[in-house]
Amino acid sequence: MALLLKNARCVDPAVKLDKNCDILIRDGVIVELGIPGTIPLLKGEEIDLTGKILVPGLVDLHVHLRDPGQEYKEDIRSGGRAAAKGGFTAVVAMPNTKPICDTGSKVRYVIEKAREVSRTRILPSGSLSHGLQGEALSEMGDMVKAGAVAFTDDGRGVQDAGMMRRAMDYAKLFGKPVMSHCQVEGLVGKGVVNEGLVSTRLGMASWPAAGEEIQIARDIALCELTGAQLHIQHITTARGVKLVAEAKLRGLPVSCEVTPHHLFLCEEDIDEKYDTNLKMNPPLRTREDMFALQEALISGAIDCIATDHAPHAEHEKAFEFEAAPFGTTGLETALSLVFTELVASGRLELATLVERMAHAPRRILGFAPVRLEAGSIADLTVIDPETTYEVRADDFESKSKNSAFIGRSLKGRASHVFVGGHASLADGKVVAL
Amino acid sequence: MGALSSEHLINIQDLNKGDIFTVLDTARSFKEVNERSIKKLPTLRGRTIVNLFLEPSTRTRTSFEIAAKRLSADGINFTASASATTKGESLVDTAQTLDAMNCDLVIIRHAYAGSPQILTRNMRAHIINGGDGKHQHPTQALLDLYTIREHFGSFEGLKVAIVGDISHSRVFGSLAPALNLLGAEVTAIAPPTLLPACTEVLGSKVLYDLDEALETFDVVYMLRVQQERIEQSPFPSLREYATLYGLNVERLSRLKEDAIIMHPGPVNRGVELSSEAVDTARNLLLYQVNAGVAVRMALMYLLLGGDKDGIAA
Repeated sequence: MALLLKNARCVDPAVKLDKNCDILIRDGVIVELGIPGTIPLLKGEEIDLTGKILVPGLVDLHVHLRDPGQEYKEDIRSGGRAAAKGGFTAVVAMPNTKPICDTGSKVRYVIEKAREVSRTRILPSGSLSHGLQGEALSEMGDMVKAGAVAFTDDGRGVQDAGMMRRAMDYAKLFGKPVMSHCQVEGLVGKGVVNEGLVSTRLGMASWPAAGEEIQIARDIALCELTGAQLHIQHITTARGVKLVAEAKLRGLPVSCEVTPHHLFLCEEDIDEKYDTNLKMNPPLRTREDMFALQEALISGAIDCIATDHAPHAEHEKAFEFEAAPFGTTGLETALSLVFTELVASGRLELATLVERMAHAPRRILGFAPVRLEAGSIADLTVIDPETTYEVRADDFESKSKNSAFIGRSLKGRASHVFVGGHASLADGKVVAL
Repeated sequence: MGALSSEHLINIQDLNKGDIFTVLDTARSFKEVNERSIKKLPTLRGRTIVNLFLEPSTRTRTSFEIAAKRLSADGINFTASASATTKGESLVDTAQTLDAMNCDLVIIRHAYAGSPQILTRNMRAHIINGGDGKHQHPTQALLDLYTIREHFGSFEGLKVAIVGDISHSRVFGSLAPALNLLGAEVTAIAPPTLLPACTEVLGSKVLYDLDEALETFDVVYMLRVQQERIEQSPFPSLREYATLYGLNVERLSRLKEDAIIMHPGPVNRGVELSSEAVDTARNLLLYQVNAGVAVRMALMYLLLGGDKDGIAA
């Protein structure tokens, strides 16, 4: 089965490409790239992508699919659909499901269910510690054999430095990245917002940036000690970014991700309405931090964007702010937000967006790159740069509506997504498997 | 629109200067009623007022209850534990249930900041915040303002010290901005472990040392040490706290001649106030309690549509 994608502006910094091309795909692989109108298609489908932008498929290193255990919030099918809608070809599922993904059989469940219900590539991560307890190593070998791509205790910081060192040392055996959710419980306590202006005004328990930065610094020291590959999750502060940038300068194998909500919202967006869609962990930080994160993403001090897509049911987010669960959905708005706020405004090159949302995540996972060249796997994202829309709760593919960006006007959106040459999104509509 | 510029009282900053004086003037009329042998007015006859108390409170609830009864409203108490709102019925469902019963006014006391806003989104009734978490306690602030005004005549230029657990204090959250608005100068006095991150956004200066300027204050407002709300002890012992921040005989003797002492109650005798400091005539805490009923009557009356000239005296 052949597929000819015609006349899109094809952008891929990995092959220094930015021009209108036709791309021929056969058996899930790019077989030819050429000047528009020069590739003959004898048999197969062709799609006219004039006016659209075609890039290597986007990857999200950080999503919560809630499956198994909390399928009322999200499941692998709906999460996969949300990913496609947002322009992603692959997502890394966090292990804090019920039960926790900490053995090979639980990893296999995710992979097998995904094969049945999702065209989006669902890449399970396993927990670092058994039961996310932060005490004993999980069976990483068993999980790697089953297909786990990374290890993380996301949702909690590993409190004991000795345990974190053992986990990082052990993970080296498998060459998989250790993804670290950085928070020191002694400083976080019951905090639900950043410590500062807004916590004072709104009278809520809070925690300081130092509660995150101390563990970033610790894990960088452990990275130096162990040589394990370290990936800092959802970084939120200017000082945290500096710590990571400085570690990279010293040649340490450290990377970090930032979420769209920390890039484009800050603590001051939480007002007397106590909107629980703005409750996330780590919390929204200061306006200065937000701008520093944007600059760091542009400069490359931050490697990639990850959504920390965290669906919750409406009735849960209707609780009092301090009682409601942490998290915002993100899969369906991430690309549009980055496109609107950074690309359309001229601050971020399209090629850099491709680097931060497609190449860097694959590199962090140790995956073969997807490039716009013959021989590459046809995991592709097509962006319609002109479409504008308002984020509305009713329009989500996700089972949950808890987006921090409801009401925002956005420009630019995925129109097509191809996974292994098969469409998971076509003309803005999710394609059922 | 009623006599106030807001239809609810959630945050003290819902009220402008004029509103505050409207409340205080109206309360003055009700306070006179409260001194009579027959204390009941027919003003809110047929109105339903619900005390929705999701956090234990005897004093505040009693004060609201008395206020409702003095105005002939039908007052209902609805009490539950805060945890019920996450484990059992949610606050949204409670609000909708009460709304279906056609309540006119709901007073909510809750351990979580921002909970009154959940009511305003889910009910037609007017809402009064009776204390939400560490956020706001606007009726307490108003009765405190009433007390200060009756004593000093005005707020302009008054120096007010608020001493103690600032970081967990909804009283401070409401009182400091209000005093600031009215021209008083507020100083928070507390150990660094009991101060919020940005005390100044609430319109207050900060001092660590109670003795540094004790002689300069017109009002010394002592906050209750809320031992039940403090998880990781912010001071080594009550004894040390009392030594550093307690108002005792020695400190009493150094107060300005006409300075007053205030306290939101209930007092921990021997901690923030020694017995002498509780019982001295310059301690107005019982006056505050007394004013509380009148102020709450005024708020009920004004929110439910009365204007300040229309009190049936």
